[in-house]
This record gives sequence, structure tokens and C-alpha cells, in this order.
Amino acid sequence: MAEPMKIRATMKDGVAEVKCLMNHVMETGLRKDAKTGQIVPAHHITNVTCEVAGKKVMDAQWGGGISKNPYLAIRVKGAKAGDKVVVAWTDNKGDSTSAEAVIG
Amino acid sequence: MNNLRRNVLKGAGSAGVVGVAVMAGLLKPGMAFAAWNKAGFEAKDMAGALSAVGGAGATASGDIVVKAPDIAENGAVVPVEISSNIAGTDGIAIFAEKNGFPLIADFKLMNGAEGYVSTRIKMGATSNVVAVVSVGAKNYKAHKEVKVTIGGCGG
Repeated sequence: MAEPMKIRATMKDGVAEVKCLMNHVMETGLRKDAKTGQIVPAHHITNVTCEVAGKKVMDAQWGGGISKNPYLAIRVKGAKAGDKVVVAWTDNKGDSTSAEAVIG
Repeated sequence: MNNLRRNVLKGAGSAGVVGVAVMAGLLKPGMAFAAWNKAGFEAKDMAGALSAVGGAGATASGDIVVKAPDIAENGAVVPVEISSNIAGTDGIAIFAEKNGFPLIADFKLMNGAEGYVSTRIKMGATSNVVAVVSVGAKNYKAHKEVKVTIGGCGG
């Protein structure tokens, strides 16, 4: 079950800045469990998208090299205060979640 | 303890909402996302990872700024900020040269998104953080060395 993510969008000098903080273990599949010595299977976010006012502005693919509980910030021109921002991700086990915010 | 309880409640609530959305056909799992570049993300060397995202022939550019710490004490969390001042930037890929899997992320940007991405990455060893920026069919790259005192890729 995906935990909720935090998202914030603010206007700064005519550019919208979208920041979000996701909750995810981001296992690379290379790490060994300290106790059992077994390799911890890969479990990480693979795709992240961001839409502003219904238009897709970012379509990203991620590997396990992104840190645990990922942070992401992007900047979007042409957006205005009041526009809706939606960020969604899915991981390699098919889990997914999305969050939305209004540009303030 | 109360915090944990709150998180559990919040988590349950959001899963319910997503579940309903899936049932209503609003959110189709896996459909809205581009196919994952398996070859690129599972390439174990820099050359393989670069060519998998089409960045093998990228030319070095001074208009790309890779902002990362000179020394990262904890390789598990290295803040990285890529800004491209090249007009028409439509993609940014991030690599850590000496990681087990060098390709970290591949961002496609459109509809007004600027050539800017800020995130946090894992680094297994001291190496270059490389950014490959795509502008239409052309690729440009820039890098910055980050010294890692404690690796973040386990092992």
C-alpha cells in the first residue's frame, strides 16, 4: 500500500515551482540484508508524472538510484496561481499513488 | 505513537480513494506511464547506460549546471540539482558514473516545464554526477565530481 506523498506548488517570479516528497523504500536490488545475507529484492518507483492544469509537464523514469523517500522539484513556465498540479508515481511492484495541490 | 496512528489512518484513507478511482476507470494502473527503460536502468556500466538513453554522442556544454555537494558524507542522500540554460531543453537524464546501476533517472519535460530538476540520489562511491540534456535530437552533457565518504548503495 502506497503511503501518501506531500506536494506543494508555489509561484515565484512567474514560474511555478512544484516540490514533492514521496514515501518509498527505493530498494535498488543490490543491497544485502545485514542479518540474513540475502539480497533485498528491488522495490523502487519506476515512473513519475506531473500535470499542471490538465497538461502533462513531466514524464520521468526512475531507477533505484534515487534516494529513499524521494524528493523532487521542477519548475514550470506559463502556469498561474490557482492551477491544479497532480503528481503520480508507480513502482516496479505495481503500486501507485497520486497527490494534487493548487498553485499558491 | 499518535503520529504513527495518524499515518496509518491517512494511508488507509488514500488507498481507499485510489482504489475507488481505479474501479471507476479514472486511474488505469500502468497505462498512463511510459514504458520503463529496463535496458538503461539495468546497465551496469556508464557506456551502456548512456547509449540506452541515446546519450552516447552527447557533447559537453557549459550551459548545463550540475549542482551537487563537493563532498557527500552520506552517499545514500546526495542532493543534486540540474539546470539547463539551453533553449528547448526537453529531457534531463542523471547518472552516477560508479554506481552499480549508473542511470538514476530520465526526465522528459514538456508544456512549459523548464530545464530544471532537483532531487536526491544515492552514490556508491566517489565519482562524477553526469547530466545528459536532450534538446530535440541533440544531446549535451555536463558533470560534477562528488566525493563520497560513506557509500549509499549497500553491499
